[in-house]
Amino acid sequence: MSAESTVTIGLLLPDVLGTYSDAGNATILARRLRWRGISAEILTITARDVPATTCAIYVLGGGEDAAQQFAAEWLRRHDMLHRALKNSAVTLAVCAGLQILGRSLSDASGHHYPGLGLLDLTTAPGRQRAVGEVLSTCAVSGVGSLTGFENHRGVTTLGAGTAPLGRVVTGTGNGTSDGTGHRTEGVLTDRVVGTYLHGPVLARNPALADHILHQVTGQSLPPIDLPDQAALRRTYLHNRT
Amino acid sequence: MVRTHGVEPAVLHPQKHWWGWWTRVAVQVGLAAAALSRRLGLGTGSIIGGRVTLALDHRALQRLAAGRRVVLVSGTNGKTTTSHLIAAAVRTAGSLAHNAGGSNMSDGVVAALADAPDADYAVIEVDELHLAAIAEAVDPMAVVLLNLTRDQLDRATEVGAIAAAIRHALAQHPHTVVVANADDPMVVSAVGAAPRTVWVAAGASWLGDVATCPRCGHILTFTDSDVTIGLAGGGRGEQEWKCACGLARPIPDWWIEDGKACTVDTLLPLEIQLPGQINMGNGVMALAGACAVGVPAEQAAPALRQVEVVAGRYATVHRGAQNLRMLLAKNPAGWAGMLSILSEPTPLLVIINAREADGRDTSWLWDVPFEQLSSRPVVASGERAADLGVRLSYAGLEHQTVSDPLAALAALPEGAVDVVANYTAFRYFRHRLSQERQARG
Repeated sequence: MSAESTVTIGLLLPDVLGTYSDAGNATILARRLRWRGISAEILTITARDVPATTCAIYVLGGGEDAAQQFAAEWLRRHDMLHRALKNSAVTLAVCAGLQILGRSLSDASGHHYPGLGLLDLTTAPGRQRAVGEVLSTCAVSGVGSLTGFENHRGVTTLGAGTAPLGRVVTGTGNGTSDGTGHRTEGVLTDRVVGTYLHGPVLARNPALADHILHQVTGQSLPPIDLPDQAALRRTYLHNRT
Repeated sequence: MVRTHGVEPAVLHPQKHWWGWWTRVAVQVGLAAAALSRRLGLGTGSIIGGRVTLALDHRALQRLAAGRRVVLVSGTNGKTTTSHLIAAAVRTAGSLAHNAGGSNMSDGVVAALADAPDADYAVIEVDELHLAAIAEAVDPMAVVLLNLTRDQLDRATEVGAIAAAIRHALAQHPHTVVVANADDPMVVSAVGAAPRTVWVAAGASWLGDVATCPRCGHILTFTDSDVTIGLAGGGRGEQEWKCACGLARPIPDWWIEDGKACTVDTLLPLEIQLPGQINMGNGVMALAGACAVGVPAEQAAPALRQVEVVAGRYATVHRGAQNLRMLLAKNPAGWAGMLSILSEPTPLLVIINAREADGRDTSWLWDVPFEQLSSRPVVASGERAADLGVRLSYAGLEHQTVSDPLAALAALPEGAVDVVANYTAFRYFRHRLSQERQARG
């Protein structure tokens, strides 16, 4: 990409999927580009908007049951956006956002409905809510440990050819295991990073943010020495509260 | 149609304060436990005293509340402040029990009632998760419902579930007058079909949780298109909202106009000494709440002026050459109200903890528009200073990070300093300041 071009980050449905403060992920991606001299803008796409389909990155967050169902219907309705997510953009999808990109979902009341079908995974409610700190080992090389706060009842089963974002060290994550018996967290494809981690996830794991930015820009990005970042990671990697 | 403060107060239960010998024993033992706890320097003793009384008499709450004019004050933000305002108004009419320190679960409520056995009135702040259970026990004359937004997600699960529990509880008490904020769709959904409702246009400082209809999940329509973040309060005809399913902003019985509390036939100066539009909203809710337990509005309104400090909040503490204004904000909605109170270029100390009472998840910091706090010195502090520090960096805010809050003050200049802390951080900081004063004698 050329130096002058602007990376547009589409913050999808923060009005609907904004319960867990995941919109911060868009702020983080934009700042980390600007700090490296790359122009970036955040395009907020609410349920009232006709969604832009040319963003380089889309960010989806977590929300409550009724809102999640609304968001799934909204995404299915917008074909062009669906195509962009499938073919051209990189998407970070968190919690409810991850679930609605899958093939199907059912909520706590037993209501069953289709997702966007972008990812080969299905989600059903678990016996109890998973609430607390999660630590996982990320499948993306160089990213290392992922830390985050999970708060969900969904149990996500990945299709046979679908890779998780990481292996759970502590916490619940997807609530299912892979073929080798390792407990999985999230999902990873060449176009989607999906996770149950809040925090927001990119605030706690800047290396994951840079993985997404590297995918989009194709550039090798110089490290950023952010004050407090090392202390924050120490808090969560060592005191597994 | 329900007429403003003209809703007739419910009839008082005739046999007042007849508790039975076992309840009296339970209360005495509880009071003794509280006194012992205070003597040992373990705190105010209200929690332990209440717990002891409840352990001895599990119906203590019903029995202690019987025969009094009880008003419960609940919601996510402003409970303590509004209950102090109502208490000031009710004090003009008679003696009252009040959990002034903010112990707002069953044990704290029992302790407050036991502390004032002869009081005719009770003004009780109630944790929104415990409103259903406590309303069931005390059969209140009035319930004041301020707002329902996100707070401590890890503890409360999701706000829609809280609204549903409250709706169910209110339906069991058709004689209770419900004083409710018409500007908060989640509150309106929670009130449901309660027959005796007084609607107040108290404003909604943050509508981040209600872009979608709390009842059906579809998008709400607001008359002002840009109200996702910002003050959506004010006048009777402004900030209408509605959903295709029929849920809509009720016509308010009380509203604020030019600093006055208004009904169709009343116009009273609302002289609130606490800062910010948010406290004008709390003030008009308090006025309507006092009326609902039978205090005339004309008598209640001037009393609201007396409230200047609420459980240590809004107080100014002098420490060395610094004057600390003590403020509490514990979630995005609280911060939305706070941002208009903080005045540039006053230096700012922000203290954040993530203990159980605060919620363990610090994600909410990312829904606070800290970007607005540029052009003043800022120090990030508390047990989660690093989480806050990272957030401030991404907000483009230059700051220092010092996790010990007293040490953090040394990084700020002399003169006025605004201190904003979340729940346990606020308590801990006050405790440290008072320890320091005692050590100096």
